[in-house]
Amino acid sequence: MLFKESVSIAIAALLSNKLRSILTMLGIIIGVGAVIVMISIGMGVRQNVTNSIASLGSNMLIVTPGSANKGGVRSAAGSNQSLKLDDAEAIQKRIKDIDYVAPTVNSSYQVVYGNQNWNTSVYGVTPDYMKIRSLTVASGSFITNADDNSRNRVAVIGSTVATNLFGTKNPVGSNIRIHNQPFKVIGVLESKGQSSMGSDQDDVVLVPLKTAQERLMGITYIRSINIQVTNTNDMDAVQEQVETLLRQRHHIRTGEDDDFNVRNLTSIMETMSSTTTMLTLFLGSIAAISLLVGGIGIMNIMMVSVTERTREIGIRKALGATFKDIMTQFLIESVVIGVAGGLLGVFFGVSISLLISHFSTFTTYITAAPIILSFTFSVGTGLFFGIYPAKKAARLDPIEALRYE
Amino acid sequence: MNEKLIELTNIKKIYHIGGQDFAALAGINLVIREGEFAALMGPSGSGKSTLMNILGCLDRPTEGSYKLNGEEVAHLSDDELAVVRNRHIGFVFQNFNLLSRISALDNVALPLVYAGVGRKERHERALQKLTDVGLKTWADHKPNELSGGQRQRVAIARALVNEPHIIMADEPTGNLDTKSTKDIMHLFEDLHEEGKTIILVTHEPDIAACASRQLLLCDGMITRDAGKGVVMDVV
Repeated sequence: MLFKESVSIAIAALLSNKLRSILTMLGIIIGVGAVIVMISIGMGVRQNVTNSIASLGSNMLIVTPGSANKGGVRSAAGSNQSLKLDDAEAIQKRIKDIDYVAPTVNSSYQVVYGNQNWNTSVYGVTPDYMKIRSLTVASGSFITNADDNSRNRVAVIGSTVATNLFGTKNPVGSNIRIHNQPFKVIGVLESKGQSSMGSDQDDVVLVPLKTAQERLMGITYIRSINIQVTNTNDMDAVQEQVETLLRQRHHIRTGEDDDFNVRNLTSIMETMSSTTTMLTLFLGSIAAISLLVGGIGIMNIMMVSVTERTREIGIRKALGATFKDIMTQFLIESVVIGVAGGLLGVFFGVSISLLISHFSTFTTYITAAPIILSFTFSVGTGLFFGIYPAKKAARLDPIEALRYE
Repeated sequence: MNEKLIELTNIKKIYHIGGQDFAALAGINLVIREGEFAALMGPSGSGKSTLMNILGCLDRPTEGSYKLNGEEVAHLSDDELAVVRNRHIGFVFQNFNLLSRISALDNVALPLVYAGVGRKERHERALQKLTDVGLKTWADHKPNELSGGQRQRVAIARALVNEPHIIMADEPTGNLDTKSTKDIMHLFEDLHEEGKTIILVTHEPDIAACASRQLLLCDGMITRDAGKGVVMDVV
């Protein structure tokens, strides 16, 4: 009974001073809203990164050449020319538990069609590359083993390249020139959009691996080998087998450095994930500080309110209000600020998160946890910062309070 | 009718000011019977307000015994005193002490909130009291829309609403014009005739003359106790 009374007394008191109540709430509204927006942005980044790494395949191993070491002078990583196509074939044949092995080479070239030209990355790939990168062909067909074996001058182009060279025209069947050599376009890739690192995954031209090696680049080595492991649990075992096999093939004695690197996407994913978690926590804690400041605002206003209403407290006490009655009244008042501010904060936080993901390149990801947490925290803030002023009010001496002008 | 409603025995109130003891009340003995209309008079500094605060259970005496309706209340805790005030005492103040944010009706109903009375019953009882003081049509108005006399009548309705044993009126006409003063004093006389016990603090002799008993306080002692046909009751 009295609780219900106290709530209506508290709401009436807040309504009688609307502007002040709203300004007090603003601290909480901004605090709760900021927590929700910041965490949803953080979670969005995290989700993005995780998704794009997962789309690459979390069960991928990537073998790249190490740095060349000529007479003690070490070049950049990847500069070693020791990784060969045979290595990829050996991995395919000798190691179990793997689905696909895709060796690649790549380089940048100018691509020309008619009077249009475009600079892009040209990849030499085998048919398995399509499966390993989960590519799909929008129109035409992909590179076949026959294309690779007979070093055919055929190309599959990404949608960015297609748009820049052909406009709206269908490129399939047309001839383009890569590095001044004629290639026939046999397919256009389905758009994959931006990668998590921000690069355009559609800005590529794919040609058969051997064609690229022998006709375009004139090299015998390869740039990387992508390996898809059947079961994620076998990642470490397979990685070890690959390393042993390659050391054997490259005649690396015990104690000598590898001339290649095997990287594991799971570890990259873990690193990225912990980085983004840190980012989320960082953003969230900055926002939480503003919630704390909002709480201090509540306390400040409640102190003023108690002083202002000293006489009212005196009257209520003279008429029979006990310590608990006055305490409850003021405590509920500050909790109501917390609850109302929290609700408005959730509303604004969620709205702003949705607006951000709608109108900007950030993806936001709203989860229940920060909403529940920040709302609970705002109610708790109201309660905690209300205790002192409420106690002060409840302790007032009725005689003094009645005399207060 | 002749029940001892208030019985003060050797009530003292001592303040410590600047390391010195100052007795605001220096041993008061007083009995007030049910249905009495007593006026408490005295110059400022006589201990009038202190006695009023103790009688009204807003304050505790330093020593002595105060029996209200047979119950010892001199040494109750703050919260226990609050309950006693709520049940037994109705206050009327010089400056009305109404809450300005709420309507006259809600002001009258306020003691019932702390008595734990339900909303519906509160409204009925408060409206009844407002009707008794002739302000039924003003129930929804806020205090600042009422005249001084009307405000004091609202305050009297509030003092009566929980059917207390005693009405304590502290200079109830101090802020009123002559006409309103007359109205309010008539109201007190009517209440007295209905059998209510009233204690009135005033410094105006003609206001005190309305009461059936006059008590004069001087230097913390009752120096005169006189009334129309009332036996001297100093124990």
